Amino acid sequence: MRTIYNKIRWVSGNVIMVQAEGVGFGELAMVAVPGGSSLAEVIKIEDNRIFLQVFGGSSGISTGSEIQFLGHGLKVAFSENLLGRIFNGIGEPRDKGPRFTDNLIEITGEPVNPAKRVIPHKMIHTDIPMIDLFNSLVESQKISIFTSAGEPYNALLSRVALQAQVDIILLGGMGVRFDDYLFLKNALEEGGALTRSILFIHTAAEPVAECLMVPDLCLTVAEAFALEGKNVLVLLTDMTNFCDALKEVAISMEQVPANRGYPGDLYSQLAARYEKAVDFEEAGSVTILSVTTMPGNDVTHPVPDNTGYITEGQYYLNNGRIEPFGSLSRLKQLVNKDSREDHRAIMDGMVHLYADYQETLEKKAMGFRMSAWDNKLLDYGTAFERGLLDLRVNIPLAAALDRSWQILSACFEPQETGLSSELIDKFWPGDDEKSKIDQDRA
Amino acid sequence: MITDGIIYGINKNMITVEFGGDIRQNEVAHVIIGDQRLKSEVVRIRENLADLQVFEDTRGLKKGDKVEFSGELLTVQLGPGLLGQLFDGLQNPLHKLAEQYGQFLKRGKAVAALSAEQLWRFSPAVKPGAVVRAGEALGTVPEAIFEHQIMVPFNFTGIYEVAEIADGAEYRVNDKIAVLRDDKGNLRPLSMNFFWPVRKAVNIYQERLSPVEPLISQIRIIDTMFPVAKGGTFCIPGPFGAGKTVLQQLTSRNAQVDIVIIAACGERAGEVVETIRQFPRITDPLTGRSLMERTMIVGNTSSMPVAARESSVYTAVTMAEYYRQMGLDVLLLADSTSRWAQAMRERSGRLEEIPGEEAFPAYLESIIASFYERAGLVRLRDGRTGSVTIGGTVSPAGGNFDEPVTQATLKVVGAFHGLSRERSDARHYPAIDPLTSWSRYQSFIGSEQREMIIKLLSRANEIEQMMKVVGEEGTSITDFIIYLKGLFFDGVYLQQNGFDPVDGATSKERQSHVFELLEKIIGGYFAFDNKDEARAFFQKLRLSFLSLNSAVWDSDDFSRYENQVAGLIRESCQQEEDAINITNRQAFMEQDFDSTFIRARSTRTLKDGIPLHHDDDYRGEDADDLQ
Ligand SMILES: Nc1ncnc2c1ncn2[C@@H]1O[C@H](COP(=O)(O)OP(=O)(O)O)[C@@H](O)[C@H]1O
Ligand SMILES: [Mg+2]
Repeated sequence: MRTIYNKIRWVSGNVIMVQAEGVGFGELAMVAVPGGSSLAEVIKIEDNRIFLQVFGGSSGISTGSEIQFLGHGLKVAFSENLLGRIFNGIGEPRDKGPRFTDNLIEITGEPVNPAKRVIPHKMIHTDIPMIDLFNSLVESQKISIFTSAGEPYNALLSRVALQAQVDIILLGGMGVRFDDYLFLKNALEEGGALTRSILFIHTAAEPVAECLMVPDLCLTVAEAFALEGKNVLVLLTDMTNFCDALKEVAISMEQVPANRGYPGDLYSQLAARYEKAVDFEEAGSVTILSVTTMPGNDVTHPVPDNTGYITEGQYYLNNGRIEPFGSLSRLKQLVNKDSREDHRAIMDGMVHLYADYQETLEKKAMGFRMSAWDNKLLDYGTAFERGLLDLRVNIPLAAALDRSWQILSACFEPQETGLSSELIDKFWPGDDEKSKIDQDRA
Repeated sequence: MITDGIIYGINKNMITVEFGGDIRQNEVAHVIIGDQRLKSEVVRIRENLADLQVFEDTRGLKKGDKVEFSGELLTVQLGPGLLGQLFDGLQNPLHKLAEQYGQFLKRGKAVAALSAEQLWRFSPAVKPGAVVRAGEALGTVPEAIFEHQIMVPFNFTGIYEVAEIADGAEYRVNDKIAVLRDDKGNLRPLSMNFFWPVRKAVNIYQERLSPVEPLISQIRIIDTMFPVAKGGTFCIPGPFGAGKTVLQQLTSRNAQVDIVIIAACGERAGEVVETIRQFPRITDPLTGRSLMERTMIVGNTSSMPVAARESSVYTAVTMAEYYRQMGLDVLLLADSTSRWAQAMRERSGRLEEIPGEEAFPAYLESIIASFYERAGLVRLRDGRTGSVTIGGTVSPAGGNFDEPVTQATLKVVGAFHGLSRERSDARHYPAIDPLTSWSRYQSFIGSEQREMIIKLLSRANEIEQMMKVVGEEGTSITDFIIYLKGLFFDGVYLQQNGFDPVDGATSKERQSHVFELLEKIIGGYFAFDNKDEARAFFQKLRLSFLSLNSAVWDSDDFSRYENQVAGLIRESCQQEEDAINITNRQAFMEQDFDSTFIRARSTRTLKDGIPLHHDDDYRGEDADDLQ
């Protein structure tokens, strides 16, 4: 039996300090709190003063509350039995299923040796042209949806999850509203994917600090499956809540904040999680698609800013659509060279012209006379938005490329598109195809 | 005698250790936990307590755990066999770690940087009786395409006499290859490798020279407009996704230097993977050998231990200095120096030092300055020269250059390649902003030509801004043509498709050739009846030029497209006068040039305290232009 301590000397925020001996850094403890007990983790040791982060929050903790150290760090059960199961933020069943106690794996945070990684090469098809055509998602990529409250980001997450050909889906919820949780769960269920999914859900009603373990739980399980050869997709929503919980801990520990209250190690904390995305040389892969809500829709806010520096791109979800500007898949060049020969050229060309269209719109708004060229751009912009940008459009990549050529040929002369003559010779639609789009437009 | 200590406190990767006996600042110590030995470094000593940064995960450490001090500073191993390797921030070879320990980086595992088994064919360069000093060659071994010099260790002070020297035969790095006798008659046996403390600059050369020779990166906007010199320094600040890493990857591939060292510091592991998987398969056109043979990577990526990230840039620069000592030109690319600075910030925070701006330590500036100072072109004692060029990316918080790391870096570097969000959003790559970037170094084009381009671009930019207010109809055709010329030059010359096999790298020869062609256009006088006609002409010209850009140099296609371009110019250009005069006349007839120029260059990011390096050089010539 391990010693029970009951001399809490210090309580600040969710951090408590107790005097104890023989405790390891990162070790877990159970702390008695009103009406039960809460998990806590050792975050600092100073002589025999042990500082713990209490996941259930410190509210109601008495200086005489009992603390029992567990002698190990955070562990998570791992087996096929996890599939179809739903847990809370600290890994306890949220559904009515059994609790697992065997085959526990410790969360070590050991990084993958870069020498053992391979270059990602497999495109994940989503049938969303703004992703497949303009910013292809790649297996083992880590990428975030930059968005703001009220946008349909969870719908986008579940749509990608259902469309992607992956073996296992891990869904981590941090501070999600209960109805969002139900929405995500139902979407997976209706799509027939729940049986290959594992959910770790921390809802907004639960103690804030309990969301801190969600990414580690999801990613540790995902990694274990990947090592067994599975391709795993990890969905994390919303990482901003995770960062805010980190901020709270830092403030309780009186750390000097680096930027708007966030600790200086925010980047490293996020990187430790996102870098779990991997394509193993002789095994499976982990792909991470996360949600980052931007406070005040400000991308320079420390959370999206640090995220953008770590992830391999971001999708800006704004006004219900994925913005062509700013959105970026850094891995797209690894897959769009082998998809179809016109893919890259169309991707660049279409966006260039759409940028020109935006300028024309500005000019128009200011009341300037529209030149013949401006009018072509205006036509083009409308067709682009309707045919490709609209998030309801659900077509495979090849169809999206064909549609791009139709839009171009309906609006421009070949040389105005800036596309090479070889591609134009090959792909420029003939008159019959052109009349088809004219009909569509009519 | 080795000093011992025990752990008193643990704060993430910073531990406080109670010790007896003597210890040194920055000495290496090991925390003993079970059968693991966790490497750490003393960073502060206060009475009987020392603070150590641990280069590993500290999970499970307890008060009372044993710590062994080594008495040695943090060093790297120097000798043949470094080239082509991938190291972590402490110089552990990652491929060997993978062979021995598998997929993950297990804590406490270390492997020597140089293989102890590999045989090297040694050719002696000195005879017994010869007099040698630190950094002088005792012999050579072939390594990749180089004659790797086996040198007298850099920490040997004074003069030595060669007592014994090995014959030309094969040896391992730890075999004895020479014995030196010092002035007191003591004998010092030497092998082919030695250790050097990473935080100490190697300075055993004759003299430091000022960097003048351009370092050709084969990136047009850099070589032509904002060049880097061998032995110089440059920085690439930019918001995320603006293209810093791609720019460094392209440079590491195409730069015309002997050796490239990539310090992947606290960024994505995937980016290192691209390099280590691709380079071995790419042939370096200069040598005909695999690119990997001239490359070394120090990869301490973002999820690897933070303290080792802090030391990784020093590991990299020390290896660069080692090869410079052999008379080679070494380019060190660090991506990203901000992560290094953040690692210092984390350390400083755990030491509870008084924070400076954005919680960075107050000594940030001096540390950045002394890092870049380790670059340099030097004359060695035998008269040859060698160079270390350092280029670092900076990842400013919020993409705002007005932050401590960018500002501290701008004060010390010789060239500034500022990436702009607008350009990268518009996919204008490389997204180096020509209106804010600068370089103190010489380009292969004359400074008046460089100035002409800057003038054209800033004037075109002004016209563009103006057009947003007054519209196209409120813009004169003369101005409109200047605007189109600026757009054209930017589109076909400054922008470069990094992923195109031909356009991706432009040799200096080709750059000069194409630039001459462009001068004709920029300087040409075009009389168009209306703006649509002008726009159509430049659209057509642009297409031909882009085809020219992707045609192989000196090929039939190249001549064909060049003739096409020349034909277009002949058709529409009324006069081809001296380019510079024409541009000046067109662009600045009604403008007070001085104000246009200076304003364009100072309004964006050039803040107080950053020298406007060009201005002094240029002002004299500006005066002439105005007449
Ligand atoms: N020179 C270039 N040519 C084409 N695409 C580029 C270029 N530079 C950057 N990109 C695109 O932008 C993405 C981000 O570039 P990267 O260098 O990773 O940005 P940073 O390091 O500044 O965050 C790349 O994945 C690529 O898609
Ligand atoms: Mg980068």
